Amino acid sequence: MLILQLSHFSAALIFALFASIVFGITQRNTPREMLRYGLKAFAWFVVGLVGGGWFMWLLRH
Amino acid sequence: MPSSTADKISNERAVARPLTPMAIIAPAVGWLVPGAGHLIQQRWWRGLLLMVSVSTMFILGILMQGKVYRANAGDILDMLGFIGDLGAGGLYILTRAMDWGQGAINLASADYGTKFIIVAGLLNLISAVDAHHIAIGKKS
Repeated sequence: MLILQLSHFSAALIFALFASIVFGITQRNTPREMLRYGLKAFAWFVVGLVGGGWFMWLLRH
Repeated sequence: MPSSTADKISNERAVARPLTPMAIIAPAVGWLVPGAGHLIQQRWWRGLLLMVSVSTMFILGILMQGKVYRANAGDILDMLGFIGDLGAGGLYILTRAMDWGQGAINLASADYGTKFIIVAGLLNLISAVDAHHIAIGKKS
């Protein structure tokens, strides 16, 4: 079987993308609200990812 | 004048929604095949996006050599992992039937894969609940 090896960053981005799509569709009622919520969720995922990365960098240094 | 929380709750109860066959079938089908609960209610784009999102996440998890949990009464985290995995419905059944998802502990990405599989299952459960809400008219 094909073995896929993604970096932590790319895996987290893919995770954020699909989770945001599902959150957007399921948590809001109209297509416009779904799109906005999905984009917002994705942005927060990315901010959390980068923020968490910098926080761990600060802990290490 | 705005109504109180108690009034809102009593109003919601007063508008009792009938439990139609679709209200049972949609979440069941949605659990078995990701997105299908929306598709059978003619929410084509939503269903397709949910199907692609949940299935891709699950398949990527398997390809990353993630672990698929089995029913167990051991470690609490293993039991929670099993519940999450089971949420993927048909994908979980297929994976177990094909004996995939053994988990490769020598690969760092396998751990990411395990999380992908669990979260795909949990997202599928959210989708199935959403399909139920559409069926009972709580959501358009």
